[in-house]
Amino acid sequence: MRVVVASGKGGTGKTTVATSLALVAGDATRFLDCDVEAPNAALFLQPQLDTRQEVGILLPVVDESLCTHCGRCAEVCEFHAIAVVGKRTLVFPELCHGCGSCTLNCPERAITERLDVMGVLESGFAGGVDFAHGIMNVGEPMAVPIIRQLKKAAPAQPFRVEIRDAPPGASCPVVESIRGADYALLVTEPTPFGLHDLKQVADVTRELGIPAGVIVNRDGIGDNAIEAYCAEAGLPILLRIPMERRFAEAIASGRTLVDAAPEYRPRFEALLQTITARVNA
Amino acid sequence: MKLAISITGNSLQSAFDPRFGRAAAFCVVDSESGEWTVHENPALSASGGAGVQAAQFVAKLGAQAVVSGAYGPNAFDTLSPAGVAMYLAPTGESLTAAAVLELFRAGKLTQAQAATHEGHHGGHH
Repeated sequence: MRVVVASGKGGTGKTTVATSLALVAGDATRFLDCDVEAPNAALFLQPQLDTRQEVGILLPVVDESLCTHCGRCAEVCEFHAIAVVGKRTLVFPELCHGCGSCTLNCPERAITERLDVMGVLESGFAGGVDFAHGIMNVGEPMAVPIIRQLKKAAPAQPFRVEIRDAPPGASCPVVESIRGADYALLVTEPTPFGLHDLKQVADVTRELGIPAGVIVNRDGIGDNAIEAYCAEAGLPILLRIPMERRFAEAIASGRTLVDAAPEYRPRFEALLQTITARVNA
Repeated sequence: MKLAISITGNSLQSAFDPRFGRAAAFCVVDSESGEWTVHENPALSASGGAGVQAAQFVAKLGAQAVVSGAYGPNAFDTLSPAGVAMYLAPTGESLTAAAVLELFRAGKLTQAQAATHEGHHGGHH
């Protein structure tokens, strides 16, 4: 079972929920921190990161001695990352998405590919949890290829539950993090910003056909607009975490919620059981 | 000389469009005879790489020079090896393509020697 934790708005508690869920799920759990622009789950789970792999996309390299400048590569490139003008074939690496269409379609086989390193994947165990995260290099514009390879990386052990900590927002990196999951946990807070961004990410899960439930963090502040929206949208509220200073203090010092507040352990166990039941239903 | 002028409409009397990659259309005009044709810019709706696509388009139309208001790095790097000269027309005034043609004939347009602004990079990420 694959569970993705997303939120839309940043700072609502995705990592708080994802890490505590991983700790109660126990052994045979795989954890993927998909927020490759600012991964932080390792701060809480403290894995022994002993494996490291450079990742990126494959950029075309044109052998001008074989190229006939027929223009087929430029025709098939959806991103205009390769252009043929006169007797020159030009590659624009920052527009390339590494899809390989040009290489595949070149009638002269004049295109080979080279890895353009965009970041690294690191992995290792945190107790019984098989942990991995991606780290995007500073200045890179595209997170999706790194997230895609993080999802594809071979697990170190067979897993029963995979938990993905998604990036904030509702754009391509979030879509890629959600894609292929069996269930989406949407963490929000009862504020206008929380609601606005919850709607966006709920739309993404709906579009992808992935069942979703809501966790209200910092419960007790703001108003009841989240409840009204969830009722209208048919989204179950699965857990509420009240606004408490001791939680904020624990998380600020790198502790997980279930570690700092053990009474939440059974609540997260119940949450996992609810999700499992819904996925298997 | 065959000149491609970025425009907002469908004739030589249309307004000059100061954008290159996202111009609505290009008016291709023979600077000697004044004969002209208009071609919609296929890059207008591109999600990214509009400069590259528009540059290939005007090169395929056989233009030896383009006149626009600005050229991004990808447009510049495609037009240069294509041998298409890049002229800059004033962007602050509302000019027609015909008026731009007159400025070109009078030798009043300068050539861009480098990209005039930074890239926009994709747009949908």
